[in-house]
Amino acid sequence: MDTSKKDSIDIKTSLFITCLVDIFFPQVGESMVRVLKSLGVEIDFPEDQTCCGQPAFNSGFHHDAKEVAKRFLSVFNRSGFIVSPSGSCTSMVRVFYKELFKNEPKMIEVLDNISSRTYEFSEFLVNVLRVEDVGAIYNGKVTYHDSCHLLRELRIKDEPRKLIKSVKGVEFIEMNLHDACCGFGGTFSVKFPDVSASILDEKIENIVKSGADTIVSTDMGCLMQIGGALSRRGIPIKTMHIAELLASR
Amino acid sequence: METRRLRFEIDSASALKNQNLQKALRNATDRFRAIRERATGEIKDWEDLRRRAREIKKNTIEHIDQYLEILEESIKKAGGTIHWARDGNEACSIILDIARKNKVKSVVKSKSMATEEIELNQALEGAGIRVVETDLGEYIVQIAKERPSHILAPAIHKTKEDIARLFTERLNTQPNLEPEQITKVAREKLRGEFLSADMGISGVNFAVAETGTIVIIENEGNARLSTTIPRIHIALMGIEKVTPKFEDISTFLNVLFRSASGQKISAYVSFITGPKRKSDADGPEEFHLVIMDNGRSEILAHEETRETLYCIRCGACLNICPVYRKVGGHSYGWIYSGPIGAILTPQLLGIDKAPDLPFASSLCGACKDVCPVKIDIPRVLLELRKRVKDSKEGRKNTGFGERIAVRLWRFSMEHKIIYSLVSSLSYIVQKPWLKNGRLRSLPLPFSRWTNHRDFPAVSKTPFRRMWREIKDT
Repeated sequence: MDTSKKDSIDIKTSLFITCLVDIFFPQVGESMVRVLKSLGVEIDFPEDQTCCGQPAFNSGFHHDAKEVAKRFLSVFNRSGFIVSPSGSCTSMVRVFYKELFKNEPKMIEVLDNISSRTYEFSEFLVNVLRVEDVGAIYNGKVTYHDSCHLLRELRIKDEPRKLIKSVKGVEFIEMNLHDACCGFGGTFSVKFPDVSASILDEKIENIVKSGADTIVSTDMGCLMQIGGALSRRGIPIKTMHIAELLASR
Repeated sequence: METRRLRFEIDSASALKNQNLQKALRNATDRFRAIRERATGEIKDWEDLRRRAREIKKNTIEHIDQYLEILEESIKKAGGTIHWARDGNEACSIILDIARKNKVKSVVKSKSMATEEIELNQALEGAGIRVVETDLGEYIVQIAKERPSHILAPAIHKTKEDIARLFTERLNTQPNLEPEQITKVAREKLRGEFLSADMGISGVNFAVAETGTIVIIENEGNARLSTTIPRIHIALMGIEKVTPKFEDISTFLNVLFRSASGQKISAYVSFITGPKRKSDADGPEEFHLVIMDNGRSEILAHEETRETLYCIRCGACLNICPVYRKVGGHSYGWIYSGPIGAILTPQLLGIDKAPDLPFASSLCGACKDVCPVKIDIPRVLLELRKRVKDSKEGRKNTGFGERIAVRLWRFSMEHKIIYSLVSSLSYIVQKPWLKNGRLRSLPLPFSRWTNHRDFPAVSKTPFRRMWREIKDT
């Protein structure tokens, strides 16, 4: 990583919006844009982007994943910073592309170049822009679910918490087993739906017990799983992507 | 040996419904997690220690042929006998032959996953030999006529009430025994078995090449009794249990106990070098070490998944795994369960026997963080998933629907127009199922999601269209 770049936000920043946010949760992308713009970041959205290839990679279809990954690399080749509202998709690019392309030395150089500029949103704010208080206001009791990939592949634990705690009006509550998986796991959630739902049950139990009225995370995969159970059971706890919380005024 | 194809989804279904099992698993894994966390937190250089343990394993596995030869020489020098077994059947025959030659009628066993792996008890019993498991957990599982469901705690799937009921049923004890009373009953029953057995069979935690010493770890004293009282001691190990130097043991013991049982050291650590010597007051007259391959050299041949062989069987990955916590050990279909089972079983039995197991994980990665030898289990799982899909058997096992789905997915991800079209079409198609902005019950295959939770609706305006409006604001 080029550290001289870190102190500057003049570098153009590309949104890597992820297919999930694009199709199902565009408001998360919109919130991201608002927060970044309010911090004076110049952003663009490479319109040819689709998916990073993770669903196929995690399902064992490396050949198919590779073709989609190559597309990602060519779309973002000329970008400065690349910022994504997902710890999981960021892990795919930063960690798992190396696995996917390990037998293609030609790709490794392109890959290193791009993956060293790719960040998850909360990590980008805290570690690159050096911002913890984005001026957000939200009145509520907030608990945070650690997305597995953000926590254990990218080792980002404190950054989202710092951001949440800096929001005016937020009472932050750490729930029991906050770092335990929610049971989503991509295709795992439909390959073994009963197991996935059973893991989810325990997550919901811990969220409810925390007494929070809002559950925040960095990944819409987890929030789609958690939110799906909350709404099914009529539990009035709000799910929010961290970008949405930080865009609240 | 087990040859039926393992089916994780079917096998886990009954576990999920069993409330007793759910309670037992939750309590036990909670306790294991807490004591592990405390014990590893006490060590300042815990990460260094894990790295060192991994380095030793890595070096050993890379040069395993040399170390096994050194081990053979050392065992012979110590007066022991070495036997090499290509697979489980060979290992069973070797042990049976020794038993027959010595007219063995009864055997006491200390806990050993290797003997479970080759179904040694069935082989011995088939030859009319009485076999008694002497580890309390194994004893419980044996009288219940079940198989262990955890590497470390074989009866973890049972509550104390379950065990009291089992003792009443099978051993005619008073009903509702407390754990202390259960232990007392077992101890009384087992004492006689130790004294009358002709042969003791144990596993091996570590086998030191330079000295020919096998190390056995336990908390109940049953392994020490099994390996010292009977006339013959047979130890069975997989090839990966060899370690070059005696000093390696201190590193392993330091990481193993804390990861496994949250202890600084277990109650008993036995170092056994050959049979009884002239000067010894007691001990077995014969010591046999059976070293078996049983699929391990096949793992060795695959560089990408080789680290599976580093495992020292502490069970920490089982205790931390969100999947294991819900489905228990028996759902994995064979004796190795949890994350390590999900990578070990398909490699030992063949990927066609357990094609589901590499997929039976949410890839949360909690396992790699607790592994004392830092096995990157999620990475190995991903590699095995690829191997399943690349193999002929795997392709056969992949449903038509999944293959089509992947093709369609790739096609739409490679063509922006198709991608946008699919997203717009989905917005229209979803309408009949839409209720309060969510999809509550969808037809197959999407019902696999909506049976348990709501699915989000496809947005009318995808972000890419929204962007055009907001980019200049």
